[in-house]
Amino acid sequence: MLQDKDRVFTNLYGFESPDLDAARARGDWDGTKNLLAKGPDWIVEEIKKSELRGRGGAGFPSGLKWSFMPRERPEGQPAYLVVNADESEPGTCKDRDIMRHDPHKLVEGCLLAGHAMRATAAYVYIRGEFHKEAVALQKAIDEAYDAGLVGGDACGSGYDFDIFLHRGAGAYICGEETALLESLEGKKGLPRLKPPFPAQAGLYGCPSTVTNVETVAVSPTILRRGADWFASLGRPRNTGTKLFCVSGHVNEPCNVEEEMGIPLRELIDRHAGGVRGGWDNLLAVIPGGSSVPCIPKPACDELPLDFDSLVEVKSGLGTAAVIVMDKSTDIVRAIWRLSKFYKHESCGQCTPCREGTGWMMRVLGRMIEGRASHDEIDLLEEVTTQVEGHTICALGDAAAWPIQGLIRHFRPELERRIDECRRSSAMAAE
Amino acid sequence: MGGTVKVSIDGVEIEVDKRLTLLQACELAGAEVPRFCFHDRLSIAGNCRMCLVEVERAPKPVASCAQPLMDGMVVRTRGPVAGKAQKGAMEFLLINHPLDCPICDQGGECDLQDQAMGYGKGVSRFEEQKRSVQEKDFGPLVKTFMTRCIHCTRCVRFMEEVAGVPVLGATGRGEDTEITTYIESGIASELSGNIVDLCPVGALTSKPYAFVARPWELSKTESIDVMDAVGSNIRVDARGREVLRVLPRLHEDVNEEWISDKTRFAIDGLTRRRLDRPYVRRDGRLREASWKGALDVVAGRLAGRDGARIAAIAGDQVDCETMYAMKTLLEALDSPNMDCRQDGMAVDPSARASYLFNSTIAGIEDADACLLIGCNPRREAALVNARLRKRWLRGGFKVAGIGPDPDPTLPVANLGAGPESLRRLAAGEGEFAPVLAAAERPLIVVGAGALARPDGAAVLGAARALAENCGAVAGGWNGFSILHTSASRVGGLDLGFAPRAGGRDTAGILDAAGTGDIDTVFLLAADEIDTGGMGGAFVVYIGHHGETGARGADAILPGAAYTEKDATYVNMEGRPQRAARAVFPPGEAREDWRILRALSDAVGATLPFDSLGALRDRMIADTPHLGAIDEIVPAEWAAFGVDGAMDDAPFVSPVPDFYRTCAISRASATMARCAEAFPTPPASGAGD
Repeated sequence: MLQDKDRVFTNLYGFESPDLDAARARGDWDGTKNLLAKGPDWIVEEIKKSELRGRGGAGFPSGLKWSFMPRERPEGQPAYLVVNADESEPGTCKDRDIMRHDPHKLVEGCLLAGHAMRATAAYVYIRGEFHKEAVALQKAIDEAYDAGLVGGDACGSGYDFDIFLHRGAGAYICGEETALLESLEGKKGLPRLKPPFPAQAGLYGCPSTVTNVETVAVSPTILRRGADWFASLGRPRNTGTKLFCVSGHVNEPCNVEEEMGIPLRELIDRHAGGVRGGWDNLLAVIPGGSSVPCIPKPACDELPLDFDSLVEVKSGLGTAAVIVMDKSTDIVRAIWRLSKFYKHESCGQCTPCREGTGWMMRVLGRMIEGRASHDEIDLLEEVTTQVEGHTICALGDAAAWPIQGLIRHFRPELERRIDECRRSSAMAAE
Repeated sequence: MGGTVKVSIDGVEIEVDKRLTLLQACELAGAEVPRFCFHDRLSIAGNCRMCLVEVERAPKPVASCAQPLMDGMVVRTRGPVAGKAQKGAMEFLLINHPLDCPICDQGGECDLQDQAMGYGKGVSRFEEQKRSVQEKDFGPLVKTFMTRCIHCTRCVRFMEEVAGVPVLGATGRGEDTEITTYIESGIASELSGNIVDLCPVGALTSKPYAFVARPWELSKTESIDVMDAVGSNIRVDARGREVLRVLPRLHEDVNEEWISDKTRFAIDGLTRRRLDRPYVRRDGRLREASWKGALDVVAGRLAGRDGARIAAIAGDQVDCETMYAMKTLLEALDSPNMDCRQDGMAVDPSARASYLFNSTIAGIEDADACLLIGCNPRREAALVNARLRKRWLRGGFKVAGIGPDPDPTLPVANLGAGPESLRRLAAGEGEFAPVLAAAERPLIVVGAGALARPDGAAVLGAARALAENCGAVAGGWNGFSILHTSASRVGGLDLGFAPRAGGRDTAGILDAAGTGDIDTVFLLAADEIDTGGMGGAFVVYIGHHGETGARGADAILPGAAYTEKDATYVNMEGRPQRAARAVFPPGEAREDWRILRALSDAVGATLPFDSLGALRDRMIADTPHLGAIDEIVPAEWAAFGVDGAMDDAPFVSPVPDFYRTCAISRASATMARCAEAFPTPPASGAGD
């Protein structure tokens, strides 16, 4: 279990004030100038050594990603750090609490990460529905400007760095990094083709890196306490602490910072008051926000929560939003509801996702009542594979995976419903 | 950039230009990759996902249309990975497609239909309700059937990028995405018909052609358009005696693969108001006549008449052969009075450089600044305008205009309304003067609006001086370009269909007819002149439409329209091109040169040719470059125009209404509907 001394987000629950003085008392903005003085290469190197992996879902090594930014640019060309605060993944609410209660972690992180990328400004693209969070974050940015921490000659380091807050308009797809850039440019939020990658041509065609709120917000602490400290938590390639959002059929749903690799059962029992009706009443868990495949109870018993362990059970850590479902759950209906969400949020740009999400949702919708045939289970699985990996962005994958998880683990349940429906309609016919 | 890379495609090693996309490399390697959204002339969307191929070491199949090449790439366009991706995309495209091919106008020439044969399943596995989408109103030209749409966004990209009229877009999200004009209204662009060609399915089809014919019923004739002076390459599709549609043909240097809406849709005018038999005026009324009777009447009129009292004016769509025959006949009759400039455009027939679009249309792309004098390219030559926009999109291209506010599809700085602004620019005043001076390849486009006026020769002289002073004619570059609106004009001038020594031009002929100095006038399909003041002159109209010219005629000899004869046209660049007969002229109408040949017989001054080949041989012997089909013989620079006083009247565009400029388009019901739906904004001469 994570000890209090190793906690990064010490005001996650808002017991203390989010303002600058309180943040300073918690250790934020301490020696930022010195960290900046060590230079971009040092920051990137430290982040690489810490083995921090992106907290937005894909888990790409952060130091490596930051290092993709060009070291030299044509005269006058800006470069941008874009912070993805469009937290819309169902089940996920970690960035929200950071921005609400500990916004200075993010503001300081912007400065340091921005410096590491040689960026000239940061844009924070915040989900439109996060009104209070936007207000809190803007207040923190204003405080930082007033205190000379960001803006011209940030922290007295000689480095000029601006931070802008931009509110989104409520589309899930705008959390996809290139769709976010489009939206930020004032266009319709449609993902871009890659290549070119944002680090080559991103926001307004300039080198840009899009990164998650939590990734940015933990980076000052890593730099202050040292990469070794961060790397000492968890296990290699899965290091550090992580915010987990536990929701669903638990007694006390919560957001909690824990060490990477904490066993699922320990997370639920210790922090979330256990599964409703006891551990044995567990049906399945979606471990990383709505877009990763579910894991049935037998596989949950000894399951550590980190990137690689979850890949081994054909799921993923995603955003570490643990959605717990007990045995009262209609699992088919639950996955159908996710499918409906992806159908609704598909941007419609590319064919497999536009057409596939609706198809999958409709077939699955019939399967809730069993109005389908056995063959259609295979059909549905094949359709998911026709979508997966064939789209411009990852939304297609995200729509496919939950259904693949359902079929992988709950095929007998699907078959039972189909048979039952057959029997009852046969009886009705007689 | 530059350089090549080696890639292996389906086991074929090829070395290609590294600026190509993977899809283009696959084509070069002979591998067929299916696609819907990709189009060479539009930006890359990568959204149909039909062109996914397997690239070694890539985790997922990649969209080849958007994939840059890298050295040593190993690509498989078939096989399990690519095949599954392509077949999957095809299945997805078809699940919500209505499959109503039997009642779809695209049937038989549909990309989706064709590719479904190669990549589709025999049966549908989709058991759910299909999507249906409400129809849209895209105006009188483009019919929509949006349920068939596969959201490739070619039409959206075309309107935004090529046409420069960004009225189309996608609303909604996911499977509710719809292509629409955001505000319900037609597509007010003179290039809108091209989205019908671009649409890979039957979502956008031609409204006038709806349910008219199937592609395999049509005879297809490659020809040349005469609706403007661009000389667009077209294919004329006909069934029986009727032209049913016109489609563009590829010509990189002229029209690329676009045509204007007038070119495409004015063809219904070919069957209306046609002159299908000879007429002769008796007792003040035009009465039907036989060919022999009509020719005898005309011959009788010409017999023994002093050549100076005979004249001819050629209209805007007359082919070279006709003008050559007319000119030869007039010469035999000893008449010096002929002109092919109905509007009196003051170009110099003796200096070819004074009337050519010297930079060439493709040459626009090499220019680095542009001045438009008295022209509105969008209305006068829509494809020249598209070329200007294409050049502008590439950047580093400032455009300014003097004259009518050109409601342009690219930013044009208006420097003023008339000659005064031209004088000021020539004197180096204003913001555009340094731009022009600094440009290495400036383009000066002069339109009929500046030249077809009493002081036209002085304007021409001033424009020439400006071009010379700003370096528009230097070092192998000739940026002095006349923008014509008439398909016959350059050919006529090349042939010398202009006043001979002591002869009269159009205005002179009309005046002399009024005073009685000229008493016999031939109008070769000349419908854009005011024939009211011709007094008692005997008018012979040789043309195809019963319009202004024919109304006041004393003898009408029915000729052939451009789709009804093999003919040579020279476009504004000076590029001779051959049109071909797609259908026969209606009724008793004949090809125009045959009429003149027969008339010459009746007069007793028999023309020295009795076949089209013989006519052409003589014509080419007289004007050799007309034989160099599709080649431009550059014009020698010369001192043309006069150094005289220019009037202060503003320049006015010669095309007040894009949709109705000639007898054919004025007879077209489709063009009338367009003119009603898209009234041309009045060309305001924006004040200084």
